Amino acid sequence: MRRRWMAAVAVSVAGLLTLSACGGGDKQESGGGQAAQKKVEVFSWWTGPGEADGLKAMREIFAKQNPNFEFFDAAVAGGSGDQARALLSSKLQANQPPDTFQGHAGAELQGYIKSGKLESLNFLYDELKLKEVFPQQLIDQISVQGQVYSVPVNIHRSNVLWFNPSVLKKAGIDGAPKTIEEFITDLEKVKKSGKIPLSIGSQWTLVHLLESVLLGSLGTDAYNALWTANADWSNANVTKALENFKTILSYAGSPQDDWQPAAKQVADGEAAFNIMGDWAYGYFHNPPEGGLGKESHKDFDWAASPGTDGTFMWLSDSFTLPKGAPNRDGAIAWLKVAASKEGQDAFNPLKGSIPARKDADQSLYKDYLSWDLEQWASDKLAGSIQHGVVANDQWRQAITDAVGLFQQDKDVAKFQQALVAAAKNSGQ
Amino acid sequence: MTRVRRWLPGLLLVSPSIILIAVFVYGLLGWNFKLAMTDKHDEIAEIPGNFVGLENFTGIWSEERWGLSVRHAIVFTVVFVGGALVLGWLLAFLMEKGIRAESGFRAVYLFPMAVSFIATGVVWRWLMNSATGEQAVGLNRLFHYVGLDFLQWQWFRDPDWGMAAMAIPAIWQMSGYIMALFLAGFRGVPEELREAARVDGCSEWGVYRHVVLPMLRPVTLSALIILGHISLKVFDLVVAVSGKQIITDVPATFMWTAVYDSHDPAKGATIASYIVLSVAVFVVPYLIWDARKGKR
Repeated sequence: MRRRWMAAVAVSVAGLLTLSACGGGDKQESGGGQAAQKKVEVFSWWTGPGEADGLKAMREIFAKQNPNFEFFDAAVAGGSGDQARALLSSKLQANQPPDTFQGHAGAELQGYIKSGKLESLNFLYDELKLKEVFPQQLIDQISVQGQVYSVPVNIHRSNVLWFNPSVLKKAGIDGAPKTIEEFITDLEKVKKSGKIPLSIGSQWTLVHLLESVLLGSLGTDAYNALWTANADWSNANVTKALENFKTILSYAGSPQDDWQPAAKQVADGEAAFNIMGDWAYGYFHNPPEGGLGKESHKDFDWAASPGTDGTFMWLSDSFTLPKGAPNRDGAIAWLKVAASKEGQDAFNPLKGSIPARKDADQSLYKDYLSWDLEQWASDKLAGSIQHGVVANDQWRQAITDAVGLFQQDKDVAKFQQALVAAAKNSGQ
Repeated sequence: MTRVRRWLPGLLLVSPSIILIAVFVYGLLGWNFKLAMTDKHDEIAEIPGNFVGLENFTGIWSEERWGLSVRHAIVFTVVFVGGALVLGWLLAFLMEKGIRAESGFRAVYLFPMAVSFIATGVVWRWLMNSATGEQAVGLNRLFHYVGLDFLQWQWFRDPDWGMAAMAIPAIWQMSGYIMALFLAGFRGVPEELREAARVDGCSEWGVYRHVVLPMLRPVTLSALIILGHISLKVFDLVVAVSGKQIITDVPATFMWTAVYDSHDPAKGATIASYIVLSVAVFVVPYLIWDARKGKR
């Protein structure tokens, strides 16, 4: 009898130990973090070809300048940061931030700022005199009440029309369409020639298309006004823009899995047009390991998306200093590299974007990127929806839902109502 | 003392698992329901939620996306459960008739079960590519090669029947398992019963209709419940095939975007509650039935 007792006690104690071991494990983990104090955890979603190379180049500079820190790459794969942001928000919720993380400058970052997750970087901006080297509008987007909260590394352009010159020629089109009306005429011509007029990818690429169509139909000032406090989403101009969106969508080919297969349809001569951000350039142009190895102006070409010439729809990746970063010094060392001319000039040519700094070495940026740099300097600016500049996460998700539902029922009036509601409920 | 000795060791033995399940299953389930009844619609700002009763539960029905995802879940469930049951039963029926190398076939049909839904989804995303004509790949391409071009369709991108296409990989994966269940059921019917029926002049069809099938009822019910709860919770397959697009939205993917993209914990918890409740509709009657049978 006694034996049985002992056995029972032994098993239950073992069970309780397992229970407490769960808690113990966590402690050990954080203890381990203290032991390897020099590790700097950099959280990003740069894992694809090009972007990962850029990150590596910056990482090498970091290693050279900071021999006492070890760079720890906490990148999470997934275009536009979809998966990465989900993981990040659960980490921030649990107050276990990485040392520094990537965030889109603008409304997306504002969410983190308002909830007090980020430390102000004014000290760093003063120390390195960064306010003089970044454009003022960019600084505005990453500040709240005079405090700057992140270090922008690059600028991407969203409103780019990619096209296949030989497909256009066959359809009898001279050059890239300048206005939305011309665009629609051209789409019709391509359709008659038997090719796919416009290639599209998964649902988020339609939101991307929508922002270019809105900008092209409404004009820059009206577009920017949509994101201000008393924006009017219900007016007739927006209705017209959404009608355009509907017409343009009716020329779209069957949706591809993501933006790359959609872009590939243009490169392969199956489709004529594609509207995508300028990260597509790297995909078109890079050698076959990570790209399609196509020749610019011959196999593929680009222009401002219809009706948006003279306006630069931008987005920017930036790095932050979360409150309670385990290795704050290491994070600051990383931010210094990310802010430096050397770091940005190493990263951007590989990533296929232009530097956020105004004093970058222009000779490093060739072909598309030199055009991009020129436009950035002279154009008016507008912010991207899909890529976190003008709308916070809630608002963007509501727009995404509305676009997804519209894709099925093609009901413009309902679509507009959903957008009006999205603007009202965004809490931005 | 002797009484205590009788029950205490047993209790001590199971107490760790009771505690674990109480905290991590029922505790968190309760916490989820509580969260669903608050107005905590902002995750980052850490506002404490106020109790709002069932407002979230009724409010969500006015959202178009919710209606759509429920409809998708129903279509998926009907096609998947029906398809897997019929196919599984048919395979088991053929096996039962005694074919050669039966164990080999059994392994072949059961094997897809070993693959995760994610892996299945990745493969079927390619097979069910929606491009048609010249650009067709996957199954559409196959149809093109064998001259059945009229069979090409949009698969999971079809606005009306997309979710039926989504059920195909799930049927592919689970019908082998259902076959194994039914095979065990068939084998559980004593040969004497069949003999007796035949002696009484029953045709072979009649033997199945009046003897075997009624005895398979418990197996069918188990299969129905296993498939039903998998189907109502489906998430990984949908995400692997199409990501979180509205066109294949189900409650679980809606919950994911509500929590992580819209940062709305209360809405996410509401959807999670509905998923739990819908599964309970399947499982609870089974448990009651099972308990009654046990008593008998």
